[in-house]
Amino acid sequence: MDFSEFIDFIQTGAPVPPTNPAAPEPSSVIGAALPRIDGPLKTTGSARYASDYNFPRMAYAVPVCATIASGKISSLDTSAADKMPGVLLVLHHGNIGPLFRNASGGRNSENRPPFEDETIYYWGQYVAVAIAETFQQAQAAAAAVRVQYTPDKFNVATSLDDSIPAIGAPGGPRIASHRGDPDAAFHAAPIQIDQTYATPAETHNPMEMHATVAVWDNGKYTLYETSQGVVNHQLVMAQVLGIPKENVEIISRFIGSGFGGKLFPWPHSALAAVAARQLNRPVKLTVSRKMMFSNVGHRPRTQQRIRLGATPDGKLLSLQQDYRNHTSITDDIRENCGEATPFLYSTANLQVTSALVRRNVGTPTPMRGPGAVPGLFALESAIDELAIKLKKDPVQLRLDLDTLIDEEKNKPFSSRHLKECLLVGSEKFGWAKRNPEIGSMRKGDLILGWGVAVASWGAGRGGSEASVLLRADGSARVSSASQDIGTGTYTVVAQILSDKTGIPVNRINVVLGDSSLVAGPMSGGSTATASIIPSVAAAANAAIKVVLASAVRPAASPFFGQDPDTLTMTAGRVHRKDQTPDSGIPFQDILRMANLASANGDGKTGGHGSDTKALDYSMHSFGAQFVEVEWDPGIAKLRVSRVVSVVDGGRIINKRTATNQMAGAVVMGIGMGLLEQTIYDPRNGHPINDNFADYVVPTAADSPDIDVHFLDIPDPLMGEYGARGIGEIGLAGIAPAITAAVYHATGVRVRELPVRIEDLLTSKVQI
Amino acid sequence: MDAFNFTRATTLDQAVQSAAQSPTAHSGATVRFVAGGTNLIDMMKIYVERPSQLVDINDLPLDKITPTPNGGLVLGALARNSDVANHPTVLRDYPVLSQALLSGASPQLRNMATTGGNLLQRTRCVYFRDTAHACNKREPGTGCSAIGGHNRMLAILGTSPDCIATNPSDQNVALTALEATIQIQGPKGQRSVPIHDFYLLPGTTPNRDTILEPGDLITSVTLPPPTPGSKSLYLKLRDRAAYEFALASAAVVLTLDHGKIHTARVALGGVGTKPWRSLEAEHILQGRSADPATFRLAAEAALKNAHPQSENAFKVELSKRCLVRALTTATRNA
Repeated sequence: MDFSEFIDFIQTGAPVPPTNPAAPEPSSVIGAALPRIDGPLKTTGSARYASDYNFPRMAYAVPVCATIASGKISSLDTSAADKMPGVLLVLHHGNIGPLFRNASGGRNSENRPPFEDETIYYWGQYVAVAIAETFQQAQAAAAAVRVQYTPDKFNVATSLDDSIPAIGAPGGPRIASHRGDPDAAFHAAPIQIDQTYATPAETHNPMEMHATVAVWDNGKYTLYETSQGVVNHQLVMAQVLGIPKENVEIISRFIGSGFGGKLFPWPHSALAAVAARQLNRPVKLTVSRKMMFSNVGHRPRTQQRIRLGATPDGKLLSLQQDYRNHTSITDDIRENCGEATPFLYSTANLQVTSALVRRNVGTPTPMRGPGAVPGLFALESAIDELAIKLKKDPVQLRLDLDTLIDEEKNKPFSSRHLKECLLVGSEKFGWAKRNPEIGSMRKGDLILGWGVAVASWGAGRGGSEASVLLRADGSARVSSASQDIGTGTYTVVAQILSDKTGIPVNRINVVLGDSSLVAGPMSGGSTATASIIPSVAAAANAAIKVVLASAVRPAASPFFGQDPDTLTMTAGRVHRKDQTPDSGIPFQDILRMANLASANGDGKTGGHGSDTKALDYSMHSFGAQFVEVEWDPGIAKLRVSRVVSVVDGGRIINKRTATNQMAGAVVMGIGMGLLEQTIYDPRNGHPINDNFADYVVPTAADSPDIDVHFLDIPDPLMGEYGARGIGEIGLAGIAPAITAAVYHATGVRVRELPVRIEDLLTSKVQI
Repeated sequence: MDAFNFTRATTLDQAVQSAAQSPTAHSGATVRFVAGGTNLIDMMKIYVERPSQLVDINDLPLDKITPTPNGGLVLGALARNSDVANHPTVLRDYPVLSQALLSGASPQLRNMATTGGNLLQRTRCVYFRDTAHACNKREPGTGCSAIGGHNRMLAILGTSPDCIATNPSDQNVALTALEATIQIQGPKGQRSVPIHDFYLLPGTTPNRDTILEPGDLITSVTLPPPTPGSKSLYLKLRDRAAYEFALASAAVVLTLDHGKIHTARVALGGVGTKPWRSLEAEHILQGRSADPATFRLAAEAALKNAHPQSENAFKVELSKRCLVRALTTATRNA
C-alpha cells in the first residue's frame, strides 16, 4: 500500500468542514516536552499488553510451522500430540472449520485464511496449531505433530532480475509517474548517473511480539491484540470469522511498538479465535521471535535502477526510477519506492516504473516509511553520486534542485521547508568544515566520513471520532477507538483536551485501544496524531458548548438567563466573552449547579480529502539527515558516531515524544544501513537468521550522539493545530546518509544494503 | 522443551555418579549439569538439547577464585563470568581474560554464566540450532547444512567436510593464549588437561566438542603464573558494537626484551572450530622485533591453512588484521 492508497483507506466518515481555521493562541501545553502520561504504568509493569491478559480456564496455543517453502501437505499426523498430557485440540486444515476471506472493507494482511488449503506457499507457514492446558504442553504437542510434504519448486532468489513482460503488459512494470520525455533527456544529458541499488528484506522486530488472547462468550468475541488499528482489526476479523461486526471487540490498550507490522491482522489471530470457540475457553497464542521472521510480514526486497541526466552546473534534466520489489505467492504488495521521487526535486522529464516479482516468502507488509525509505535510499544515493561527479557539495546540489511546486501534481506545497532543513542541519552539524576528499578528515587514529540525505513523507489525516466528558469533579475523559503504539498518542490526546479546556493533563483520563469506542484512526502512515487531534478538539468544543448552555439554566448561576453565545470557557473557567476569565467560575461549579455528572461532546472530523482547500495543495513532511561515521581502516571497523536530524513535520505537539521518535528512527536507520537483512536460504527458503543473534539490530552501544531539531512550522492545511505526523520522516535519510558518509571515509560506494565489513575491506584508504 | 527430571547435587561424587549414567557427554547426552543455564536452557527450548535429567551443580563449592602457591590463579568452575572479569588479580595479571569476558554476551548473562559452562558453550551455527536442518554436530551422520549455506559467521580453520561450526566463546580464546589447565573430576578420579588438548577438531565426529566422558565434571581452571612484564590483550571484531559473537578475535600474551619479542602466545577466536592457538604465529614472533612487518608475517602464518566457505572468505583478511592490531596495541606501550 502506498501513501495515497493508505490515505484513501483511512478516509472514514462523511466530509466534515475543518473546525476552527484560526490558529489557537500559543499555549504552554502544546509543544511542551511533556512526559508520557502512561509512562509510570509502563515503567512499573502495570500496563497490560496483549499477552499479559490471563483468564480462568485459559488454554495456550502454539502453531506448527511448515519446513518447506513450496508444495503440499501429504500427511499430517497428530496422533502422538493428541495423546500428550494436557493437550486439548490440534487444529489443521482438516478440522479448522470455515474461515473466510474479506471483501467488505478493511484490509487483511494475508488474504488467504490460515489452513484454507493444504498448499504451502512459504517456509514457516502455519500448518497446524496445538492447544493445551499449559504453554509448555502446547509447545511439546506442536513439536510432536508429524507433517509430511510433497515439495514443489520454489524461488527465494535475492536478485530480482527475473525476466518480466514489457511496461504496461500484464505482469509488466506499471508507470507510476511520468512527465516530459525522460529517455530522450537522459540520452542527451552531458552528465549521466545510471546505477542500480538494492535494499534487503527487513523484518519488523518490535519488542512486543504479536499475540492474541481470544475470549469467546456466548457468541461474542473479545480479542486482546497488539494492533495498530483496532477498528480495522474488528472489521476484518468479523469477516474472517463470519460473524457480525458487533460480535467482535478488539482490545489493544498498550502496544510494544509495531513499525507497520501490526497494521493489519495476521493469521494467528484467527487461529486463536477458532480455538477459543471450539473449546469454549479463552486461548492465548503468542507468536515466537522465530515466527516473527516468517508469519507476520516484512519489508520486501527492492531493486531500483536510477538514471539521472544533468547539466555540468547541476540542473536535473531527467530522473528515471525503475524499481521492483518481491512479493509473496498469495498477495500483491507493492513497495512504493517512487513515493517521493516525482516531487522531491525539480526536473522537467521524469518516469517512475514499478514491478512485482514473486517469491516463496510470507506476505510483505508496510514497514516504517514503506516505499519511501528504500526508494529514497536509491534516489538519495544517486543524488550523492551526481554531486561527486559534478564536484559539487551535496547540500548545495539539493538546495539548487529544491522546488516549491509539486511538479507531478502541478500544485504548490502546503508547507515545504526542505531548504531550511538543509541549512539548519548544515549549521548544527558543522558541514562547512567538510573536506570533500575521500579519507581526508581525521579524528585521532580514525578517519571521519560525513554524509547527508533528505527525506520526505506524505502528510495527511484521516477521518476520526472522539468523545469527551467534562466531569463535575473537574476531571475529564476522552475516548476514541485509536491506539498508542508507544509513540505518545495517549499523551498528545490529553494535551489537546487540556489545551481546549484548561484541565490539567494529570486530571484527564484518555481511553484508547478498544474497538467499541467511537471510531478513531489507525496508527500508521504518520497520520494518527494529525487525524485524532481535530476530532478531540471538536469533541472538546462540543462538550464546552454543553457547559455554556448549562451555565444559563440554574437560578444559582451567575449567568442565569443569559444567552450562552455571550459566554466562553478559558482555562477551565466559564465567563462572559467581554470579561476576563477571572470574572467567571470553574466549569465544574456550573455542572454541579446544573446537577450534571458531566458535559459530553462528540467530535467527528473528516480526512484532509474532505477539506476542499487542501485539495489544491501538495502536502508532505520533509527532513534532512547528516551522518558522521568513524572508520578504522586497519581493522575495517565502522561505526556511526554522530547524527543531526532536522525535521519539517508541521507543528510539534509534544517535543519529548516527538524527539524520542526521531532518535528511534536514527537508530533504526543505522540498523538498515549497517546491519539488518533477512536472509532466505536459497536451498530451502528458510529465513535462516530468524533470531536476535543472527538478525543483528543496533544496540545501545551502537547509538551515536543524536541531535534532533524540529522546524516546528505549523502546516496551515493540517487543521487547527497545523500538526503533521512524524512517524516515518525521521528514517528515510539515515541509510543513504550513512552510505554517503561511508564513501567519504572509505571510497567504497555501497549500493546494496546493508554496508558490510566485506565491502569495507575493499577500501584502499589507509592511515 | 521436553519434560525432564531435576536434581540438585550436594557433593561432587553425587554429581559425577548421576552424569555417569549418560551414554555420552556430547550431543545426545541424557544427563546434563546445569550451572548458569545461559546456553543449555536455550538449546533445550529449541530441542537441540533433550536431556531427561538435569543435575544442578550450583550448590557445589566450586565458585572460589584462589591464588596458587606459585603465583598462578585457580578459577572455580562455578565462578561467574562477571566475578572473574572484575577480580583484582585477573585485572592485574591476566587482563586478556577480563577483556575477553567483558566483550562477550551481556551483563545479565555474564552474571549467570560460569567459567566451566563457558568452556562448554556450543556453537551458534544456525543449522546446529534448528532441528529442521541436517547437522552432523547435533545428529551424527545427517550431513552439514552449513557447507554451501549461510556460513558467514562460521569457521575457516580446523574445519572438516562434516562440520564448519565455530567455537563461539571469547573466554576460551583468552584461556588458550594463557595456557590454562582444566581440572576434571570423573568417575575414575581427577585429572588435569591443558586447554590446548581439551577441545577436539570436528573431523568425522563433530558431535564431540571436547575430550569429556560421561560423568566428567569440570571443577576448576588454573592459570599459570604470569611472566613478569608480560603484555596481554584481547581484541574482538564484530558487525555491531556490543552483544554479538566475534567475526574475528585475537588474544595475545607477549613478553618483550629490548624491542624484540621474547615469548608469544597467540589464540584466535571466531574463525576456528575450536579456540585457535596459532603455534605458527608464535613461532614467527618469537625472537623477532616487534614491528608491523613481523606482525603481518605472523598473521599470514596463522591463516596460512585457512579454508574459507561460500560466505566467509573475508574472514581470512579480517582475522589477519585483527591479529596485527592486537599485537600492535599490546606492544605499543612496551
